[in-house]
Amino acid sequence: MLAQQIVNGLTIGMIYALIALGYTMVYGILKIVNFAHGDIFMMGSFFGLILIRNVGLPFVVAFALAAVLTALLGILIERLAYRRLRFSDRIVPLISAMGVSIFLANLAQKLWGSEVHTFPKVMEIKTYTIAGMTFSTVQLLIFGLSIIAMLGLHFFVNKTKIGTAMRATSISITNATLMGINTNMIIMITFAIGSALAAAAGILVSIYYDAVYPTMGYTAGLKAFTAAVLGGIGSIPGAVLGGLILGVAENLGIAYIAAKYQDIIAFCILILVLIIRPRGILGKKEINKV
Amino acid sequence: MLKIEGLTVHYGVIPAIKDLNIEVPQGKVVCLIGTNGSGKTTTLKGVSGIVKAKAGRILFEGKDLTKVDPHQIVHMGISQVPEGRGVFPDLTVLENLQLGAFIRKDKKAIKSDLEEIFSLFPRLEERKNQLSGTLSGGEQQMLAMGRALMARPKLLLLDEPSMGLAPIIVQEIFKIVRRINEEGTTVMLVEQNAKMALSVAHYGYVLETGEIVAQGTVNELKNDDMIRKIYLGIH
Repeated sequence: MLAQQIVNGLTIGMIYALIALGYTMVYGILKIVNFAHGDIFMMGSFFGLILIRNVGLPFVVAFALAAVLTALLGILIERLAYRRLRFSDRIVPLISAMGVSIFLANLAQKLWGSEVHTFPKVMEIKTYTIAGMTFSTVQLLIFGLSIIAMLGLHFFVNKTKIGTAMRATSISITNATLMGINTNMIIMITFAIGSALAAAAGILVSIYYDAVYPTMGYTAGLKAFTAAVLGGIGSIPGAVLGGLILGVAENLGIAYIAAKYQDIIAFCILILVLIIRPRGILGKKEINKV
Repeated sequence: MLKIEGLTVHYGVIPAIKDLNIEVPQGKVVCLIGTNGSGKTTTLKGVSGIVKAKAGRILFEGKDLTKVDPHQIVHMGISQVPEGRGVFPDLTVLENLQLGAFIRKDKKAIKSDLEEIFSLFPRLEERKNQLSGTLSGGEQQMLAMGRALMARPKLLLLDEPSMGLAPIIVQEIFKIVRRINEEGTTVMLVEQNAKMALSVAHYGYVLETGEIVAQGTVNELKNDDMIRKIYLGIH
């Protein structure tokens, strides 16, 4: 029972982690919380749904294309809603982010209706029992793809030239510019990667819960933000760790306290982290205003 | 090589430098001396495009830098060692040096240049896998200079390389500045330490509250009474 709850918690934790990565990467570079990120995740999910259900593309192609489209959406949002505010007081891009969030949720509702869509069947759902724990094929898909995405990101950020430039930009945009790095390009790449990961999370969770709807980004976005803060916002390993811890904590709460407390657990964690250790588990010490 | 014409930079409404005219000929070391807040750093930031000019032109090999994106200026052959060194503390020494060569694609030459930097600054090689934030001030200065050289610049901008360093380290740093120049790189140097600056430069400018108050060859400046008194402390 306990082991099974942990497995289920890790599954949803992977989803939180994938979304949290986008929050943390953008924060790492621009020091802004992209509150539209939950809605980017929702849009990714809809892109996947439309490409499979309406366009009829095979799952793998639709998955990749949805990630690309969502990446472009992320780039567009940075260009339109954040770039001009880069040197404003930090509360200003925050307001802009909320505006984008409201806009996207309403756009989705206008385009696709407010009802809950079911997700087309993309694979044979089987379950496997290993050492008393049950895994479904969807869970295995979530684990597999999430781990591949995280390892890929880790390699990109730490081992490639652009990844190194990205880390430099997150330390100092000015000094990175002095290296000849086109920091606007780096910021675009950051938004693109974060958004593509959110799209992956969106499609995976839609398959898992069999539901796509315009407001799905709201709670998921806040939870992933909690995960990013818990792990230490700005830290990539922190986002993954925070996501997994949050997913497990939520599932244990559902199992041992009551299912209706699921959301309360996440936000209690957020409040506790902010009071006890605002920099999170792996975050660096710094003085923050927002 | 570099010609600054009538450069004016404002921070908000406050002018930091006013109508500055400076020339840096190829192959020379030109220094800007002056006290805190005299506009030396702002001038360098203007050249590298980090601050925007309100008026004036900055011509580098005939091209006006005020119309070029800051990162493109590095591609044109100007590298800056910024005030406070600007190393990336969470990155290793090696990663910092590799970022210096960010604009280059000639992998083989980058590798041999890295060896050269290590022979110029052996301390950096010993510490290449260390996070650069753990280096001493002098080592960070060496790293910042090595990093700027990795871009193979035609013009090297140095902002207060002596800042916060022990006299013996300052001597070492300036020896290297001279060597860099002898190997063919033009240098524009900003310093509060006028004595050291004038020991390596060919030509100098004296800045006070954003304006040039004196200029000349190093010998002329060294023999100028005002400069001897105020900047060199010789009575």
